[in-house]
Amino acid sequence: MTSTVVAPVTPAETTRGAEATPRRRGLTWLGLVPFGAYVVLFLAIPAVLAVASGFFDADGAFTLSNFSAYTNPAILNNFWSSLWISAVTSILGAVFGALICFALLGTKADRALRSTVDSASSVLAQFGGVMLAFAFIATIGAQGVLTKWLISLGLTTNVFNSFNGSGPLLYQVPGLVIPYLYFQVPLMVLTFMPAMEGLKSTWAEANATLGGTRFTYWTRIGMPILAPAFFGSLILLFANSFSSYATAAALISQGGIIPLAIRQQLTSETIVGVANVAGVLALGMVVVMIVLMSVYTALQRRASRWRR
Amino acid sequence: MSAASFSAEPRRVTRWIILGVAAALFVIPILAMIEFSLRAGQTGGYDFSHYAAIFTAGRAGTYDVLFQGITNSIGICVVTVLIVLVLLLPTMILVELKYPRLRSVLEFICIIPITIPSIVLVVGFIPVYSVVARMFGSNPWTLSFAVGIIVLPYAYRPIAANIAAIEIVTLTEAARSLGAGWGQVLGRVILPNLRSGILSSCFITIAVVLGEYTIASFLSQNTFQTALVLVQHTDPYVAVIFAVFALVFAFVLLLIIGRLGSLGRNRRSA
Repeated sequence: MTSTVVAPVTPAETTRGAEATPRRRGLTWLGLVPFGAYVVLFLAIPAVLAVASGFFDADGAFTLSNFSAYTNPAILNNFWSSLWISAVTSILGAVFGALICFALLGTKADRALRSTVDSASSVLAQFGGVMLAFAFIATIGAQGVLTKWLISLGLTTNVFNSFNGSGPLLYQVPGLVIPYLYFQVPLMVLTFMPAMEGLKSTWAEANATLGGTRFTYWTRIGMPILAPAFFGSLILLFANSFSSYATAAALISQGGIIPLAIRQQLTSETIVGVANVAGVLALGMVVVMIVLMSVYTALQRRASRWRR
Repeated sequence: MSAASFSAEPRRVTRWIILGVAAALFVIPILAMIEFSLRAGQTGGYDFSHYAAIFTAGRAGTYDVLFQGITNSIGICVVTVLIVLVLLLPTMILVELKYPRLRSVLEFICIIPITIPSIVLVVGFIPVYSVVARMFGSNPWTLSFAVGIIVLPYAYRPIAANIAAIEIVTLTEAARSLGAGWGQVLGRVILPNLRSGILSSCFITIAVVLGEYTIASFLSQNTFQTALVLVQHTDPYVAVIFAVFALVFAFVLLLIIGRLGSLGRNRRSA
């Protein structure tokens, strides 16, 4: 790809004259500076500061003592909650999203149905955040439509307004699963649909010619081929749920998942002398994300084999 | 129609059952928001009183923080779009024309923000912004520098797709050999061809900026989202109304982006 684009550039530069080229190169190089400086100042430095701050104490001396946060049962509990919420919402989201993709198989990409599903998916996948929290407060919150409906049916204490003996489900960590699914499923549709569309009709025909049924097609051809793409999307969903903050922040005022634990640390850090635990927690999140992204790239490489 | 039984496609009934159930489940929370915003107190009746309250002068004071937040968010939108147009776009064109080998580096840089959770970046933004505040004061628009980073992956993709779809190097060569200066190449050849990609980038940027909460809340700026959270404590109805407005607005923006995309496709196939 790169070489084909480079090729036409060279003859034009030679026509410009031998001595003009180096000078121009010198000037055009400066064109990369503003963006480079911006990325260094607002991406590289913050990212390094975030991770590195965990290694320093309040006086700026190097220390590993902040890592003792990971022996704190409350922090470990938050980490565990983050992981299982991400696992549950990514598995459920991936399965339901894949089902929707399956239902869309065979529909034309330019028809109204597909363009509606595509637009709706991209809006809803972006819908995470405060407004999503409001939507579910209005649906299954204490005064929510479904909650009130269940009460009107005679279920005055139902799963939505009294979960686990500690108030409405929505304001507890397990309750996050429901709003999270609301952006996980659309994200799955967006990321998995291209792989689903990559299934060639000739494979279904070959299966039929050889006497296969719909069942053998899916178990022996469809699922094995789609597996890397499916697990790749699943990991993307896991990462998406793991790093999401705003929805949980609007619903839960205490800790509960690791981004909320970082909030607690950051808001209490206004007291001088408190160690940089937030940096250590941020490092923990980054480590999880790096592992996820490495597996994701490996799976993407496998998935793209069939798309050549 | 016997072929249909062999194909991978679902049967009509299966398809419509799956899509119908999914549509119903996804519409319920949105209908619930609308129902919630129309409630008249605890009586069980419905009216538009919460909508009317937004515009009545007497209660306007309650929503000052919200309107201030919206104003700030619009300001941040403008500056962030400028960052995309002035920093990202020229760099992308320059890399494409002069440094094609750097293209994968640029792409990698623009993808990074999606892999670092905002809450992690916030930990790093707090010390950076103590310096920024000393230089520019703690104006809301300074938030654009941080939000611009969050926006990079979304803004990069439409422009990159557009650049890949047109023969930008060939077009430039053609214009240059016909005697056009670099200004003419940029203004009359490259930018008009990238119009739909640039517009999509700007719309996505606006959608992301309006939905951004994490950074604004930690850097103590009043934006649309942080104001929604504040107002929600005193008047949940109005918060829900504005959330519905924002959702509709985002949907319209994305529909326009979809239209732009299909317009581009039509032109290419023609």
